[in-house]
Amino acid sequence: MNLFLTVGIEMHAEMKSISKVFSTSKNTFSKHSNTHVSPVDIALPGILPVVNKECVRKAILMASILHCEIPDYLCFDRKNYYYPDLPKGYQITQSHAPIGVNGYVDVPFLNDSLRVFIHDIHLEEDSARLEHLMDETLINYNRAGVPLLELVTEPVFHSKEEVLAFLEYIRKIYQYTDISDADVKRGQVRCDVNISLSEEEGKLGTKVEIKNVNSFSNVMQAIDAEVKRQTDLILDGRKSEIEQETRRFDEATKTTVRMRSKVDAIDYKYFIEPNIPKMRLDSNWIKEIQSSICELPMSRMKRYENMGLSLEDISVLTKERVFSDYFDECVENGCDPKTAANWITGSILSYLNKTEKKITDISLSPKDLHFLLSKIDDKTISGKQGKELLEMALQTGKKIEECLSTSDTQISDEAFLEELVRKIVLENPSQVESYKNGRTNLFNFFVGAVMKETKGKANPVLTKEIITKYLS
Amino acid sequence: MKSEILSLSNVSKESLLNETKKKVLEHQEKCNSFVTILENASLGEGKESKLSNIPYVLKDNFSTKGILTTGSSNTLKDYIPPYNSTVYQKLLDAGAILVAKSSMDEFGMGGSGITPHTGVVCNPYDTSLIAGGSSCGSAACVCDKVVPFAIGSDTGDSVRKPAAYCGIVGYKPTYGMISRYGLFPFASSLDHVGVLTRSVVDAAIVGNAIKGIDSHDMTTFDSSSIDLEKEIEEPISTRKLFYIKELVRLENYPNASEELKSILSQFHEFIKTLQSQGVLVEEVSLSRELLDVIPSVYTCISCAEATSNLSNLTGILFGEPGVGKNVVEQMIDHRTKGFSPLIKRRLIIGSYVLQKENQEKYFVNAQRVRNRIVSIMKGFFQKYDACILPCASSVAPKIKDVNDKMKRESSILDNHMVIGNFGGFPSITIPSSFINGMPVGINLTAEIMEDAKLLSIAYQCEKLLDFKGGETK
Repeated sequence: MNLFLTVGIEMHAEMKSISKVFSTSKNTFSKHSNTHVSPVDIALPGILPVVNKECVRKAILMASILHCEIPDYLCFDRKNYYYPDLPKGYQITQSHAPIGVNGYVDVPFLNDSLRVFIHDIHLEEDSARLEHLMDETLINYNRAGVPLLELVTEPVFHSKEEVLAFLEYIRKIYQYTDISDADVKRGQVRCDVNISLSEEEGKLGTKVEIKNVNSFSNVMQAIDAEVKRQTDLILDGRKSEIEQETRRFDEATKTTVRMRSKVDAIDYKYFIEPNIPKMRLDSNWIKEIQSSICELPMSRMKRYENMGLSLEDISVLTKERVFSDYFDECVENGCDPKTAANWITGSILSYLNKTEKKITDISLSPKDLHFLLSKIDDKTISGKQGKELLEMALQTGKKIEECLSTSDTQISDEAFLEELVRKIVLENPSQVESYKNGRTNLFNFFVGAVMKETKGKANPVLTKEIITKYLS
Repeated sequence: MKSEILSLSNVSKESLLNETKKKVLEHQEKCNSFVTILENASLGEGKESKLSNIPYVLKDNFSTKGILTTGSSNTLKDYIPPYNSTVYQKLLDAGAILVAKSSMDEFGMGGSGITPHTGVVCNPYDTSLIAGGSSCGSAACVCDKVVPFAIGSDTGDSVRKPAAYCGIVGYKPTYGMISRYGLFPFASSLDHVGVLTRSVVDAAIVGNAIKGIDSHDMTTFDSSSIDLEKEIEEPISTRKLFYIKELVRLENYPNASEELKSILSQFHEFIKTLQSQGVLVEEVSLSRELLDVIPSVYTCISCAEATSNLSNLTGILFGEPGVGKNVVEQMIDHRTKGFSPLIKRRLIIGSYVLQKENQEKYFVNAQRVRNRIVSIMKGFFQKYDACILPCASSVAPKIKDVNDKMKRESSILDNHMVIGNFGGFPSITIPSSFINGMPVGINLTAEIMEDAKLLSIAYQCEKLLDFKGGETK
């Protein structure tokens, strides 16, 4: 029997901002519990929310990237429910007029692209973090009021690989645009996964929601587990036992566990947040935000492909925006794209990995890299030497020129020296003539020329050998 | 100009404060107006303003750093806030001296002053009568001349109704003129900060001191161009007023009490006085159907917002922790023990009207009626400067006759002032006369932002009425 899978994703990402979405507390990670907390975050009686404009800007930015329709007015709603991690007893979110609706995004998938339709994207606040100990639970309010973007897709995915491609691409966009660090390890991304299995292609089965899955690999595993559970039930003739419900993924057993059925669904009693007046979104402001969108990874990937870069290099270069920006700047400075890609994904990346540094931490500028590559290109130095110089420049923070002049490394690259000598010999026919006519003291003229070109770093013995060979 | 606040400027502040402290204790004995008495209140230094060293009382739903703030609820009976409400901060900055925090109907939900956790507050004119609520303590102590002004809050008519029952001035400005930051919420879209004084000028002085845009409250607006005192003496002769005929025609009340008959005849007499001064006063019509549903609309909206606003009271982070096997049981226990039955009833109504299957029928429809009434009023305000009406159908009722504010039968004349909250309109109650030895008042309401004009009209009416606050018993 063929079963057809359909998945829809709700992806929550913590936004990057100086302060929280409705209070002035810092929005930053702290090792210490309950340090970034104001009366607003802990919902003391009498507090009021104040919307953080920067968060609205970023929400509009993301809505625009997802080709969403943006409403004329900004509004918020209250989602009412009781839970110890929710200080006000309601969450301020956007239910009736989200910041973006009816959008789409093209996601790279299997050397092609996959169009994912977006139901909506909305701005809301995070809850406090509950820390469950052996026999008690602690509440850390640092996270309470942290801005969240919730992105809701249409039910468009038909394999877990498509889901993963989507999640990774969205994470990349968040990082490229500085909207969110989208650091899964720090719990900045959480997903709700809606799954349905159908016996008929093009039809949806019964929707089961798996809530609060906290990593991409768990999303994959949760899909597997739920597909297996439902498949087993269907094969067992117990299809009727699949009902619309909310489940959670249990990491220990790698299974999904029932939380509540549809009949027990919570009525969140949404209504408009009266403390935030409806605000008109200035169309000029929206245009300004839209014009600030940086070139997105998908477009960069296509551009690199046209430059003739390998898929592997493209993947490495576009992994992080700073990396891709660095590469682009090298090309702008005149580097050959393939050569620059080789050096960046090779020597530079291995240095960064070894030292756990970022490309923005190194003093070697794209200009410097271009200078180095041009020296190799015009044979002033060998490729091997170039690598050594690069290494030195990265380690010492010195400029390439400086490294080149102070470098003690002796040039013993035979092929390189031969090429250099050949060039000098060709450029000085009269001296060659005179030498061959008996002025043997001109031998030192050729040695001197090599030393001048290599700034005295040519291996003298090897140089003399090569010169003798060429002059004879 | 009759301002008690300004007349105190030549009085020794030392003796004023001592005198006030004495009066606070006497008044507490008599009316039970206060939750907290600040016996150590002392004179400030170097702050120059019309309010410097003027003693005042704050309703106990304004957050005061380091000072008990209960909302007159058992859920917060030991709650000491770590931050100041904007109103309190502004009064601190102006150098005014807080001498007591006044009790109120629990979280502002009530109009009688019989539900505070510290007990009933009674009317200084007759202690067997209610002071009215929810700003009962603030109204009673101003009436009893303990302080020249007190701060209240007004969600339905919680400043203006007790002001009427106590024969004082109760002023609720345009929504957003005074910050609600730090005011314990009842219903956010209806909640207003209000002022209780014994003269219109004093209401203007205090209003000027506490109004202003606040970065903590997004619903506030910049009112720096509005000066409540400046135009107060503008003549009334060019003004155009209206009243709603359905509310003031005797034939609309087939079973009218003698008291109501007096209220209406005195009202019409005053209209004649105004007309003789050259004021244009006309009657307009607002359908009886709409007037009749005002209490239901108010109940739907205010209870819905309240049930959400009070959801932070779980005993988890503040308030007496509840007892139970798990956190849900603890929250339920805290709320079951903490809230009075009246509050519970409102929270259940609020929850009911917000439920998915009911929301359209009740909550959304209530919003529609609210908008309808507001737009009709706005239509009137295009033609007239203000609406003038009696405040209530009676003088302050007897404490023993009041048991449930949310009674089924209520006179349309007792509920119209909530229109001011529906539209965020500035609205003021001034005392007009005595009936059977108890004060009654006149209510004036104007278009939003027209506070200065409203106060000027009220000031002129005050002069014409020449109400002399009688001796309280």
